[in-house]
Amino acid sequence: MNILEIRGVSKSYGKVMALRDVDLVIRRGEMVSVVGPSGSGKSTLLQIAGTLDRPTAGTVRVAGHDVSRLSDSQLSALRARYIGFVFQQFHLSPGASALDNVAEGLLYTGLSRRQRRARAAAALERVGLGHRLGHRPHQLSGGQMQRVAVARAVAGEPPLLLADEPTGNLDSEAGAEVMALFRRLNAAGITIVIITHDTEVAMACPRRVRVRDGLVRSEIS
Amino acid sequence: MTALRPARLRPSDLARLGTSGLRARPMRAILAALGISIGIATMVTVVGISASSQEQLLRQLDALGTNLLRVQPGDSLFGDRVRLPKSAADMVRRIDGVTHASQTGETGVTVRRNDLIPSGVSLGITVQAASLDLLDTLDGRVRAGTWLNAATERQPVVVLGAVAAERLGLTGPDVQVWMGDRWFTVIGVLDRMPLAEEIERSALVGFPAAKDFLNHDGHPTTVYERSADEAVEGVRAVLARTVSPENPNEAKVSRPSDALKAKAAAAGAFTGLMLGLGAVALFVGAVGVANTMVVAVLERRREIGLRRSFGATRGQVRAQFLVEAVLLSAFGGGAGVLLGALATMGYARINGLPAVVPVWALGGALATTILIGALAGLYPALRAARVPPTVALSGQ
Ligand SMILES: Nc1ncnc2c1ncn2[C@@H]1O[C@H](COP(=O)(O)OP(=O)(O)OP(=O)(O)O)[C@@H](O)[C@H]1O
Ligand SMILES: [Mg+2]
Repeated sequence: MNILEIRGVSKSYGKVMALRDVDLVIRRGEMVSVVGPSGSGKSTLLQIAGTLDRPTAGTVRVAGHDVSRLSDSQLSALRARYIGFVFQQFHLSPGASALDNVAEGLLYTGLSRRQRRARAAAALERVGLGHRLGHRPHQLSGGQMQRVAVARAVAGEPPLLLADEPTGNLDSEAGAEVMALFRRLNAAGITIVIITHDTEVAMACPRRVRVRDGLVRSEIS
Repeated sequence: MTALRPARLRPSDLARLGTSGLRARPMRAILAALGISIGIATMVTVVGISASSQEQLLRQLDALGTNLLRVQPGDSLFGDRVRLPKSAADMVRRIDGVTHASQTGETGVTVRRNDLIPSGVSLGITVQAASLDLLDTLDGRVRAGTWLNAATERQPVVVLGAVAAERLGLTGPDVQVWMGDRWFTVIGVLDRMPLAEEIERSALVGFPAAKDFLNHDGHPTTVYERSADEAVEGVRAVLARTVSPENPNEAKVSRPSDALKAKAAAAGAFTGLMLGLGAVALFVGAVGVANTMVVAVLERRREIGLRRSFGATRGQVRAQFLVEAVLLSAFGGGAGVLLGALATMGYARINGLPAVVPVWALGGALATTILIGALAGLYPALRAARVPPTVALSGQ
């Protein structure tokens, strides 16, 4: 079963064609890297795959839902249930503990506060930060902060995890830790798409997608 | 494939969301709410002081009673003053239900500290003849010295009302004052009499003394009457006919407590100017809240995008910022109510009034600030809801 189906998708920003007639299908359980030069359209692809933006043309299906047929609030519900995001800049709230940061990611799922905090604690345990629940972001290393962000993305157990340069702000050691975490999560069944500039990261993924000038080409190693 | 429906935010979660921005920047929240606080404090103080003054007057009225009536001669058809019969008080005393009746008569002379002051200077003091039971009827008290009695009402002695004594610069009895063309000895000074301020401003002599020393004709110019509370209306109906049987239209009957009641009502009305100032402060406060919220939305685009990526709907983002604006405004309102209540208590203490802040003013203040917060937060909340989810991913 396909978790993500992108067919004939184009995206233009005024005169700039960020994506041209892209086809990309990702099956459940895959771990895919997206590589390509700067400005080639990788982030645009991820935004459209993650339903944060709509394509100018073409269709996008997430877990079988045709995105073009969904209202804004249905899209929100789809994101809450099916998709977790990890960003290059972590986007953690500086005033909140690791536990609260992770629990905040579950705010729109309908769980009670107590359930959210329980799941957040379990997710932090899963990323190896069970002993850092009460730490604020500034008390954590870059790698630990990104693991908190990953915990937040997977705490709701979405089938699809989208990451835009998750190791871009980390040194190689911390980056390797985060990649090891992604592999473990993928082994546990979650589908992962990672945008990266790092060839090591790209090579660690069984499947690579190349983007150049808005055109997409897949390759399998 | 299951239907997609966003989960509702629980009220407790919405409240926590609404305070998150305020907790992150408490100083800014305080400054933003200051305008609202000042506006509400002003209004609560205005209302509180009015209510306290009114309460004071109403308590006074309670103590003084509302069963006193006053009869005075009106103007006749031909414009000259009608004269009441010499025995008017006795006639009134015979009416059913009347417990006290007494009379005073203006003499037309002035009272002075000595004979060197020109007679035209009256100081606003009326020299009046008074019947002996006047004090009983008016429930008045002597502050110093004594009241007139059967002996002294024939002698050149005078009892001064509180204001009259003040204006003459006298504090106690046993001094001489010049009235008409001779000296009178002050034998007493009366206490304040809120229900008969004209007596406070009078110099009172006995009717016989007024006739012998001041050429008074013996006709009263005012009759005071007290009855049981239930009898007031009945007495009032026959009073004019009793004192002036031929021309009942020419006697004016009034109820002194009505004036006090009117005063209480006036004290309860707020001064428009102060309320206007409060309204201006509230408006400025609303603009402050709106401005702070617009800035907050601009600063928190990233947070908004992130929440949208978590699955927040536009409506939930809108609600978050609307609640934040309402809470900000309500905090300001709460502080304002507190300040206003304290100011009212301080004012009341200094002026010896009972401190009263009406509950409706507190409820009104809260409702107003919630409304202001909702209005001020509307535009920023709509802007927040329009922030595209993609800002979460974009580098800037
Ligand atoms: N909101 C936008 N408005 C206008 N142009 C945009 C917008 N977002 C992206 N673009 C343009 O679309 C093209 C693709 O941008 P995108 O961010 O997808 O590239 P990228 O592959 O992620 O690059 P990088 O590796 O530098 O992150 C670029 O030319 C970019 O300038
Ligand atoms: Mg990018």
